[in-house]
Amino acid sequence: MAEIKLTTVTFKGTAQQEAELRKVLAEIKASEHPSVMTALQRAQGIYGYLPIEVQTIIADEMGVSLEEVFGVATFYSQFTLNPKGQYAFGVCLGTACYVKGSGDIVAKLQECLDLKDGETSADGKYSIASTRCVGCCGLAPVMTVNDEVYGRLTVKDVPGIVAKYRAMQ
Amino acid sequence: MALVNVKINNIPVQVEEGTTILEAARIAGIKIPTLCYLKDVNAIGACRVCVCEIKGARSLVAACVYPVNEGMEVFTNTKKVRDSRKATVELLLSNHNKDCLSCVRNNNCELQKLSLDLGCDSHKYEGVKSHSHIDGSTPYLIRDNSKCVLCRRCVAVCKEYQSVAVIGANGRGFDTHIACAFEKPLMQTSCVGCGQCIVACPVGALTEVDQTEEILKAIADPKKRVIAAPAPSVRVGLGEEFGFPIGTNVEGKMVAALRRMGFDDVFDVNLGADLTIMEEGAEFLNRLKNGGTLPMITSCSPAWIKFCEHNFPDLLDHLSTCKSPQQMFGAICKTYYAHKLNMDPADIVVVSVMPCTAKKFERGRAGQSAAGVPDIDYAITVRELARLIKRVGIIFEDLPDEEFDSPLGIYTGAGLIFGATGGVMEAALRNVYELATGKEAPSLDFKEVRGTAGIKEATYDVGGTQVKVCVVSGLANARKIMDLVRAGKADYHFIEVMSCPGGCVNGGGQPIRSAYERNNIDIKAKRAKALYDKDSQMKLRKSLDNPALKQIYKEFLGEPNSDIAHHVLHTHYVPRARH
Repeated sequence: MAEIKLTTVTFKGTAQQEAELRKVLAEIKASEHPSVMTALQRAQGIYGYLPIEVQTIIADEMGVSLEEVFGVATFYSQFTLNPKGQYAFGVCLGTACYVKGSGDIVAKLQECLDLKDGETSADGKYSIASTRCVGCCGLAPVMTVNDEVYGRLTVKDVPGIVAKYRAMQ
Repeated sequence: MALVNVKINNIPVQVEEGTTILEAARIAGIKIPTLCYLKDVNAIGACRVCVCEIKGARSLVAACVYPVNEGMEVFTNTKKVRDSRKATVELLLSNHNKDCLSCVRNNNCELQKLSLDLGCDSHKYEGVKSHSHIDGSTPYLIRDNSKCVLCRRCVAVCKEYQSVAVIGANGRGFDTHIACAFEKPLMQTSCVGCGQCIVACPVGALTEVDQTEEILKAIADPKKRVIAAPAPSVRVGLGEEFGFPIGTNVEGKMVAALRRMGFDDVFDVNLGADLTIMEEGAEFLNRLKNGGTLPMITSCSPAWIKFCEHNFPDLLDHLSTCKSPQQMFGAICKTYYAHKLNMDPADIVVVSVMPCTAKKFERGRAGQSAAGVPDIDYAITVRELARLIKRVGIIFEDLPDEEFDSPLGIYTGAGLIFGATGGVMEAALRNVYELATGKEAPSLDFKEVRGTAGIKEATYDVGGTQVKVCVVSGLANARKIMDLVRAGKADYHFIEVMSCPGGCVNGGGQPIRSAYERNNIDIKAKRAKALYDKDSQMKLRKSLDNPALKQIYKEFLGEPNSDIAHHVLHTHYVPRARH
């Protein structure tokens, strides 16, 4: 089975983010149908992911157990427990890219970054996420790093691209 | 409420509107098989084992959640229904670790029974199995997800009965598994160890940490003096493991079995319970007279203590400093009794038999080693004792009734009723009344605090002081009362808290009864009745009349709450994190 991937990245939430989260939670609690799912959605909007520090605040504020929050967070694939890396690698596994060999691309990328799909490096620099169709099938197979798009890739191209980002600050 | 007429398998029944098909069928004398359903706490229609056919409906419905309405015709036993149930259970079996021959739930497993009852082929579907994980992080419980059927009964009791809620379903679809938040080991959560999840589990996914072999090894060691001591409620649960009806008191046979197993002394934690009353009663009167923290709250139930430490760390001063009966008993064995025997306490092995899994945690706590060695060496459940009896080849049902050994096997009715909710309070009141007024209470039966209700209140005149008491069982109820205490809205003087609903007779270490029995029989009331019946027949019904304790105070402890009593019989608590 796919085990739940927990982050090893140190939490770097700011006081400002926490204040915003608490404000949002107060709104949700005052609403007609307060739900943990809404709280998680809004929290992910603030932090980009849902670490234990954030889920604990949600549990305490919403008056439910941490496990209840975690159960919802791990049920929906839209929620992520892992922050995106400073350089977020995305590999399209949509039909066209897949047929053109993006499965091999993602395998090579995992090897180069020593990370599994869905993980973020402990220093928070790199992350890998396989994605659905990114809408440029003509360039298949496609990989994205933040807003950069790399198309018509072969496995051989991957180490060079990784090296480029390793060289950046 | 309005009544509606329905037909179940053509049998007409009249039931209240809103009654589920499952309940209506039961009234019509028809049993519908269930798996995930547990009355009052888990009606979620998840397992699909209870499906039935409704005339005119397109698909099968889950009887445990589907309400009947006027004119409804239900069929519980058509071919379509039987085929569906069978396929459901066969699919469950396809992802089940069918290691039945070495599973402790063999012959007491609801999945096994369903498979047989429904005529399943256990190897009908072979395929990928979901990831299995074993959590053995605690000293009291093992969770083996390879046997889990995801019924969520454990999740429901943890949340609804106990308001602990540390387990739940993580992930989705085939990856769904029962675990804790952020996949933490149970030991790193605010789990209290009550074991209610174990007795709610239909299969062998949740079991206690079994110590039966260690006990046999200790008994076989000629250098060790091995003492057995069962808790009050054990004698009214154990018989069920040997086919006796629920609520049978098998004290005499239990003593005979322990003696035949080779224990050097067969003593009784009831004496520890009497001792608890001596100490706790004196502590209460002291707090009452001298402005101590009130309400004072009992400290016998180790899961309750841990719950309080996690959830109400600001209110720990309210807890009695008394050790639990188990720990007091062990402490006396390793101090007073060791001295009598002229033995090194390290050579004495005290095995308590408990209706409880949290006792396995309690025995390892700090501040539970009066003689420099743990007061209790092993705390085993009623189920483990039954396993031991079977393993050594004792024919339990044929045993004669025997008596406990002296001196630590002598007890009063007050100690005995500790096994039921309200028992500690009643035992305390019997003592406190006499200590405060110098005369025996007009009646030794404090009936207002008896019964299986989750929260009970009463006020008693104790020598001119109106003493208001509250008796709580089930930690969700305890949370309600503690919220009042925290808010300063609880004007009680004395509160008894037992973690398990109904008290120790319904503890997480008691024999496991099927959901069908739990749903239809008041098991805790039957077990409790056996305790009160025996108490009513006893000559000695107040802890202060226990002759063995009189001797122990005279020779060793002096007075209740003396310095030495504090050293040996009292303990302390620690604040713990909420999550």
